[in-house]
Amino acid sequence: MWKTIIRRVLVMIPQLFVLSLLIFIMAKFMPGDPFTGMITPDTDPARIEELRQEAGFYDPWYQQYFNWIMNAANGDFGKSYTYKVAVADLIGDRALNTLWLSLLSVFLLYLIAIPLGVLAGRYQNSFLDKIVVLYSFISYAIPVFVLALIFLFFFGYKLQWFPTSGTVDIKYDSGTIGYLWSKIYHILLPAITFALLGTTGVIQYLRTEVIDAKSMDYVRTARSKGIPINKVYTKHIFRNSLLPIAAFLGFTITGLLGGSIFIETIFGYPGMGQLFIQSISGRDYSVITALVMLFGFTTLLGSLLSDIIMSIVDPRIRID
Amino acid sequence: MNEINESIGLEKKSQVSSPPTGFQVIAREFKKDKLAMFSLIALITVISAIYIWALTIDQQEMMRVSLRDKFAEPGEKFFLGADQGGRDILGQLIIGARNSITIAIAITVLTGILGIIIGLCTGYFGGLIDNIFMRIIDFFITIPSLMIIIVFVTIVPKYNIPIFILILSVFLWPGTARLVRSKALSEGRRDYINASKTMGTSDGGIILKKLMPNLSSILIVELTLNFAGNVGIETGLSYLGFGLPPSTPSLGTLVSYANNPLVLSEKWWVWLPAALLILFLMLAINYVGQAIRRSADARQRLG
Repeated sequence: MWKTIIRRVLVMIPQLFVLSLLIFIMAKFMPGDPFTGMITPDTDPARIEELRQEAGFYDPWYQQYFNWIMNAANGDFGKSYTYKVAVADLIGDRALNTLWLSLLSVFLLYLIAIPLGVLAGRYQNSFLDKIVVLYSFISYAIPVFVLALIFLFFFGYKLQWFPTSGTVDIKYDSGTIGYLWSKIYHILLPAITFALLGTTGVIQYLRTEVIDAKSMDYVRTARSKGIPINKVYTKHIFRNSLLPIAAFLGFTITGLLGGSIFIETIFGYPGMGQLFIQSISGRDYSVITALVMLFGFTTLLGSLLSDIIMSIVDPRIRID
Repeated sequence: MNEINESIGLEKKSQVSSPPTGFQVIAREFKKDKLAMFSLIALITVISAIYIWALTIDQQEMMRVSLRDKFAEPGEKFFLGADQGGRDILGQLIIGARNSITIAIAITVLTGILGIIIGLCTGYFGGLIDNIFMRIIDFFITIPSLMIIIVFVTIVPKYNIPIFILILSVFLWPGTARLVRSKALSEGRRDYINASKTMGTSDGGIILKKLMPNLSSILIVELTLNFAGNVGIETGLSYLGFGLPPSTPSLGTLVSYANNPLVLSEKWWVWLPAALLILFLMLAINYVGQAIRRSADARQRLG
């Protein structure tokens, strides 16, 4: 078991290295340097040159890369050109916002997907099953931004059920129940959008899993022992199908991060995805580099998590 | 009972009793699944209508700003209304759809060629090359490609459409390659391939004449679904403003007018048609792809 996990972590190291190298090369191609933002009509060019020397701007590239990685590992990504604050501080708040949104999305996703998947598998070829299959097909085909816009249009503007942007109403003080509720209220619509689109994989997997399990020996044994059919589903089949579902968590994280660029931009939610688009538009390169590195790292962690859970759940994978 | 009679009838008609192959199977599937048939016909009609219509549109005339028609409502002068610059939405919709579809096809072809060649070779030969390519593919699949594509789009000098297609293709081929590889891997261990090898057929001959025809249905499915995916990615990037250059309208560009809350909430005719057209394209192409996929798998076939 541990051997598999360690081997999997070792695979991740070169991936992380190549990713960081790719981002470093991209950063080198981006115009400007950390001092571009400091230049005003009355700065002395010689002073800027001096600062560049000090910061190692003319060092060989491998030394620059090494310094950059070392700083990044310590959480120092330099300063934002636009906001004039440390990138780490800028990302900090946004990361928390994205985390809340992601948590609620994942919660809603499993809340919708698990019952639908199990019921569709249990009553295969029934009307309900057909609806679920159709639903999971549609949610697979719809692009994120189209659904998000349509939801915002109908539920945000036309029906006015949900706020259309921001994280919290200003009228509430931090720490009160109203504040918390307002916060959840603001992330509800983006989270629902996310959850609806993310369910496809989980539903299809769970459905086939349950259908396969129905003809398994252990189910027949349980039935012939006289266990009521409902209990067989909730206790035996569901438990066996649930663990592989956990493995989807890693992929879900990856999907969430990619989708957050669209969702946060559309719903005006100040998270990391929105920050990324804003930084790209404002050519705030130190923030862009930090965000890509952070997203890349999280995605790699997500796939690591998936693989580890898979190898715990399914011992056959470990042999390879 | 009917079905059995039909199948017996089929047997009688064909002189040599051979199982239906390739397009026959797909055609049967479409005959059985009315919705898939409808999707296919609707898709072909809409796409050809867009291409033919686009020929009749004078793009320069259409893109001329006329402030008097700012946000003109749908009516006699503009069937679908006008945008902020008083430009006809319907015309932009047609041109945008044509651009989006053309680019999606270009990306699909490019990633298809790359993915299929690499997938077939790595799957068939295995060994060191396979190992190296698998590492590369794994890497591409685990990086946040959407973000990196956006960064590339912004830092590339002299950005234009061919470069956009190239950037997307670089990041999208690994998915196809991985699928093709896994299929080629299992297919390449079959007896008929081994028999061919013993008979002295060259590797190239086996890959092109034996392996590829047997994987053709899977390849068609993959290309169809990729096509749908590419429409989604292109319009999505154009929506964010990192897709097609501003001079070439895309469906995504039209939808991106909705970034203005006023347009989103009040002037629905500017963005909703484009959003619905994207929705239609995605649903129809995916449905057709699913039907072909079912026909590729004997256990799932309806027809």
